[in-house]
Amino acid sequence: MTATLRSPVSACPACSAAPSAEALAAAQEPIKAHIVLSLPTIHCAACMAAVERALNAAPGVRSARVNLTMKRVSIEADADVTAADVIPLVTGAGYEAHELDTTALAATQTDRAGRELLMRLAVAGFASMNVMLLSIAVWSGAEGATRDLFHWISAAIVLPAVAFSAQPFFRNAWTALRAGALNMDVPISLAILLALATSLWETSLSGEHAYFDAAIALTFFLLTGRYLDHRTRSVARSAAEELAALEVPRAWRLTDDGEEKVSVSELAVGDLLRVRPGSRMPVDGVITEGTSELDRSLLTGETLPIFAEPGREVSAGEVNLTGPLLIRATAVGRDTSLHRMADLVAVAESGRSRYTSLADKAAKLYAPGVHILSALAFIGWYMYSGDLRVAVNIAAAVLIITCPCALGLAVPAVTTAASGRLFKRGLLIKDATALERLAQVDTVVFDKTGTLTAGAPELTNLDDFTRRDLEIAMALAMGSSHPLSQSLSAAARAAGITPAPVTAITEVPGYGAQGDWNGQMVRLGRASWVGGSAGEMTSAWLRVGDGPAQAFTFTDRLRDGAEEAVRGLQEAGKTVILMSGDTTAAVEALAKRLGIAQWLAEALPQDKAGRIDALTRDGAKVLMVGDGLNDTAALTAAHASISPASALDAARVASDIVLLGNSLAPIPEATRTAQNATRRIRENFTIASWYNVIAVPLAVAGLCSPLIAALAMSASSITVSLNALRLR
Amino acid sequence: MNILTYLIPISLVLGGAGLAFFVFTIRSNQYDDPEGDARRILSGEYDDHPKP
Repeated sequence: MTATLRSPVSACPACSAAPSAEALAAAQEPIKAHIVLSLPTIHCAACMAAVERALNAAPGVRSARVNLTMKRVSIEADADVTAADVIPLVTGAGYEAHELDTTALAATQTDRAGRELLMRLAVAGFASMNVMLLSIAVWSGAEGATRDLFHWISAAIVLPAVAFSAQPFFRNAWTALRAGALNMDVPISLAILLALATSLWETSLSGEHAYFDAAIALTFFLLTGRYLDHRTRSVARSAAEELAALEVPRAWRLTDDGEEKVSVSELAVGDLLRVRPGSRMPVDGVITEGTSELDRSLLTGETLPIFAEPGREVSAGEVNLTGPLLIRATAVGRDTSLHRMADLVAVAESGRSRYTSLADKAAKLYAPGVHILSALAFIGWYMYSGDLRVAVNIAAAVLIITCPCALGLAVPAVTTAASGRLFKRGLLIKDATALERLAQVDTVVFDKTGTLTAGAPELTNLDDFTRRDLEIAMALAMGSSHPLSQSLSAAARAAGITPAPVTAITEVPGYGAQGDWNGQMVRLGRASWVGGSAGEMTSAWLRVGDGPAQAFTFTDRLRDGAEEAVRGLQEAGKTVILMSGDTTAAVEALAKRLGIAQWLAEALPQDKAGRIDALTRDGAKVLMVGDGLNDTAALTAAHASISPASALDAARVASDIVLLGNSLAPIPEATRTAQNATRRIRENFTIASWYNVIAVPLAVAGLCSPLIAALAMSASSITVSLNALRLR
Repeated sequence: MNILTYLIPISLVLGGAGLAFFVFTIRSNQYDDPEGDARRILSGEYDDHPKP
């Protein structure tokens, strides 16, 4: 990992004396590797210092900087340094480290939109501070020429500031108007523009009232709401991207001169690939050589591994368990069945936008109401007084005072508080309306394999075997990486068994392991190979010499917090349903163990989605929790959906909420937080409405001076923000 | 009232300076890791040679 000094190779002596072309090229292009590692366990100043010290001390590393907010370290190093070189340094310092795919992270490196919003927010903030100083002088009694001067200075500050800061509102309002629709930004933009226009007019006539301060304060408050909203989502987005970046996709391609490690994006149809035990199929293909077993639980929900032999088709995403396989690619990249499924989900996703959020509903009522009210005030006052100037002033005052400072802050302030809380518990809210939908849920559907269960088997019948058999089985199982073998040897070790002296152990990929024990042949493996009869349960068979074959049966280990989650949801009065693609026996056993009354076994992907549609038609609001490709349709069909971080990319894309931790326990709490958040949002709307009920008549009556407008506006915004902070 | 001819420009310049500094902090990525920065100042590690 140290930088190697290349000796210049060239034919002529003159060239050797002159700096070689190679060295020149190397000097020109910055030889740098940019490596990003995820450090999930760091949490304090000491951790940061330890990681940075370990990395900076390494040769070849130019700089390392830890970002504690994102729990990452970015490393600038010489070109020949790879992630595999630096990960041991970090783990050596005592911290977990995973490589992140820098190309997948590129979008989060600089948050352009967020930075732009922050800049506009800053301009609006500083401008409003200065204008407030001048306005206070006017309110406390500045008269005549002084007042006019102050108004003109205010105008000089506010006009450019609003032109820069309020652009997001103007842009949104314009697109809405062009599409012939009304959104929240239309009354906002109109109020800002009308306030500026009438203030300018008043100032030029050396009038008493100008609303420059109101216009810029309005912009400032609303931008705060926008920025909060953006922050919430960018945290979710960057975390979601990090999940995707954790799987650095590489594959081993066989070429004429051996094997090469390539990135999956470079693969083409017809390539011959080697898939080692324990790795995922990178493409769809056909097995050309080798036997093994495939774990398809993420795709179909089956727990039992299936047998793989030449000629069998494999799909991207399946895990190769025991033996190395050679496969010929038949579909790569976007054409693989995995991606096609994810694309289908994306299409189905657009159908979900049918849900209108509370904020949108409020805006639909609000926008036309305000405009009608302000127009009526204008007409009424014009007919009453016959003075255009008075009428326009009052219409502007109505628009400003009703303007949705509180409404614009009500939702973002609450969702930011709630998402922040859930994020700390390991739940990532991906969708803007996910919280509201989660709050309405009354039925929860769980997938089995990989969701309620950890997907790792657990031995159930250890006591049925004699100590001798266990010792033999343990000896055979210890050398294998098959999940059943690992679970078997772990259980035997926990029971204090020591392996028997079995010699000449060989693993037959796809079948099992065999060896020699006191001159007898012993075998541990598949039913057909050992001589047992395959049953319903997940099992591995053991045969000693000519004795009968005996089955070790396994059941899935429950995921952490599965019992708490199911109990918590049932106590909260929600119906819990179990749906799985696995066999009836396995599903029934799990349902009994967790106390779930309703279950559905051997369900195909469309069965799951169909069942959820049926439940929805019956009026239920369904929350789907699932992780596999076979769940994606159901995840999209459900009212709200959660998937664990261990799920396939396609499932994570389809779901609204991603569970970052290993435990399911936070789910009941998440529904509670979501309900609280929705309650706060409604309270905020009530506060905003009450404020309008009091302030609007004042404005219509023409009693609303700029001072009163400023007080009322700030008061309502601050109440709404404080109410959001109460969310605990 | 002559005092206003000094005070108003001064307040505007001070406000402008504040804004300029804020823009500088945004441009130099100082809001990328608020949590880490809050902890870094507690450590003596960086006192002699501040990190870039």
